[in-house]
Amino acid sequence: MSNTLKVKTMAEFMAEGKQPEILFWVGSAGSYDDRAKKITKAFVKILNAANVDFAVLGQEESSTGDVAKRAGNEFLFQMQAVMNIELLNGYEIKKIVTCDPHSYNCIKNEYPSLGGVYEVCHHTQYINQLIDAGRLKVSGEAYKGKRITFHDPCYLGRANSEYNAPRTVLQNTKASLVEMKRHKSTALCCGAGGAQMFKEPEKGDKDINVLRTEDALETNPNIIATGCPYCNTMMTDGIKAKEKEAKIEVLDVAELIANSLNL
Amino acid sequence: MTYIPNILFAIALVIGIGYFAKNIKKLIRNIKLGHDVDASDNKSQRWKNVINIALGQSKMVRRPISGILHVVVYIGFIIINIEVLEIIIDGLFGTHRIGLEVLPVSVYGFLIGTFEVLACLVLVTVIIFWIRRNVIKLARFMKSEMKGWPKTDGNLILYFEVVLMTLFLVMNATDTQFQVLNSGNIVSQYIASWFSGMSEGTLHLVERSAWWIHILGILVFLNYLYFSKHLHILLAFPNVFYGSVKPKGEFNNLEAVTNEVKMMMDPDADPFAAPAEGAEDEVPAKFGASDVLDLNRVQLLNAYTCTECGRCTSACPANLTGKKLSPRKIMMDTRDRLEEVGKNIDANNGAFKDDGKQLLGDYITHEELWACTTCNACVEECPVSINPLSIILDMRRYLVMEQSAAPTELNNMMSNIENNGAPWPYNQMDRLNWKDE
Repeated sequence: MSNTLKVKTMAEFMAEGKQPEILFWVGSAGSYDDRAKKITKAFVKILNAANVDFAVLGQEESSTGDVAKRAGNEFLFQMQAVMNIELLNGYEIKKIVTCDPHSYNCIKNEYPSLGGVYEVCHHTQYINQLIDAGRLKVSGEAYKGKRITFHDPCYLGRANSEYNAPRTVLQNTKASLVEMKRHKSTALCCGAGGAQMFKEPEKGDKDINVLRTEDALETNPNIIATGCPYCNTMMTDGIKAKEKEAKIEVLDVAELIANSLNL
Repeated sequence: MTYIPNILFAIALVIGIGYFAKNIKKLIRNIKLGHDVDASDNKSQRWKNVINIALGQSKMVRRPISGILHVVVYIGFIIINIEVLEIIIDGLFGTHRIGLEVLPVSVYGFLIGTFEVLACLVLVTVIIFWIRRNVIKLARFMKSEMKGWPKTDGNLILYFEVVLMTLFLVMNATDTQFQVLNSGNIVSQYIASWFSGMSEGTLHLVERSAWWIHILGILVFLNYLYFSKHLHILLAFPNVFYGSVKPKGEFNNLEAVTNEVKMMMDPDADPFAAPAEGAEDEVPAKFGASDVLDLNRVQLLNAYTCTECGRCTSACPANLTGKKLSPRKIMMDTRDRLEEVGKNIDANNGAFKDDGKQLLGDYITHEELWACTTCNACVEECPVSINPLSIILDMRRYLVMEQSAAPTELNNMMSNIENNGAPWPYNQMDRLNWKDE
């Protein structure tokens, strides 16, 4: 398989007078964070493999404002939102897919009343759509016999009641899915939400990501699957804190699928 | 002379219900101190929630032990209260067990028999509840906010219920006319044997005393509600109705901010233009919330509805890892401050007089607010649709937008977004670099 990624910007589509099927909202983490960039690339490989005509905003993309909103800065959030909406509406975007549940929640639920109405999918939902439509066939056996436990991102699960899409996708890897005691609606947060990612935690007796990692370790997994770049960082740190990084991998659902496809 | 009990009963009833109504009026007044909320949307979903979540207790049974025990007390409470109807009629009109005059003995016996069985079940359940709080000492009942009155309150409610259920059974057991029928005395027949040595006169005295203390106890309990966390037995229903019907991740967009942002983004806007007439009234006093008067009515209703069960706190990632934040405490603080403001208004002829205190700082600390991950676990857990997160967010908004009092790292993160469109200090021109790396 070729290593070059086919990525076109919305500006390029516009110049050609074309509309993409979907806009891939990369998000700040997916654009800049070294670990999250790997998730971005894995998802792009999947999109390329399924021949999806997608666009990114590239240099025109800016923070959704989600984290500012949750920190209490409604001004900054709405400034970001209004700017993004102007751009998205200018390009007549209809459908947006993102690997970040925070962007997903924010664009899907908080942009509409500010004038930005789009069909928004989390990448696990979109991968499901591709599989259902027969555009993507996941037949590899890279993970056969492995134990995978999925950590629900708060902003996909509780926030938007989507528990099944990532699990359905993972079933295609032929791995055995094992659930943590706290899962789906009772899943424990990784500790990064609500702008915690960007600050030191308050005084306590433990870090939240370590507690959540202990939940995962109870299932005796080979892989902890995530669906959010921030969860991925937190769980990776948790695994390091528990000195299990040699035995347990933390991978995004997109990476697991890309690997299954030998992409 | 024969009418004296009837008159006394009527007086007790009027005082009991009157005082309760007075306090409920005060409660409604206090809730209305909050901002108005439009809940005219999604009517059918709201009613569905009332039926499933409030009436059907669907979220209670997610924790099966406490859930099923609660359902027993809940059903017992509702059904046994049918008996209160008979007691009131008997009390007002001087009849004795009016039900027997209008219903066939078998039907009446069936009803009372059901009440007796339920009373027994409630007794057992309430004792288990007491053991959970005082002997097993379940962690969620032992948190720091549960010391003092909240602990006493929880136990008092249980004692009330033990006394009321016992009196109901004793009242039936010592009612010789009822026992003779031998219909419906499923439980009380066994209790009757404890009193078998007594003369008819003494028995009658015991029966009358149990009857009176039972109904007076109910009236006292009714009036105790306002001063207790136990208000949930009434407020759970409106609270669930007014609860959010949106995805939990959707936080409201502040309209006042939208107006300002639109002004800022509008190239034709004249920054020196005089405000339109009446526009000044529309400008809110402040962004976010620092006191209960800045919250909305649903948030205040939430505070009165909270029965301090602590399911929220026991699911909160911050609390589970030893941080100070407890969503239950957020609700208790809001209620306590609202009560304080209400009393202030009562003492100052209907107008709030600044008391130099507020919810933020005097009740809820910055440390608690910044420990929240906005994960919605508390919202998901609450069996009666209370949303502690919305209060936390409104107070963060006040801290950030009115006081610029966010933690330094968050201020850095926010200036990064302002300057280069990402929470990290990276150049926006580098957003697509990953493609070629």
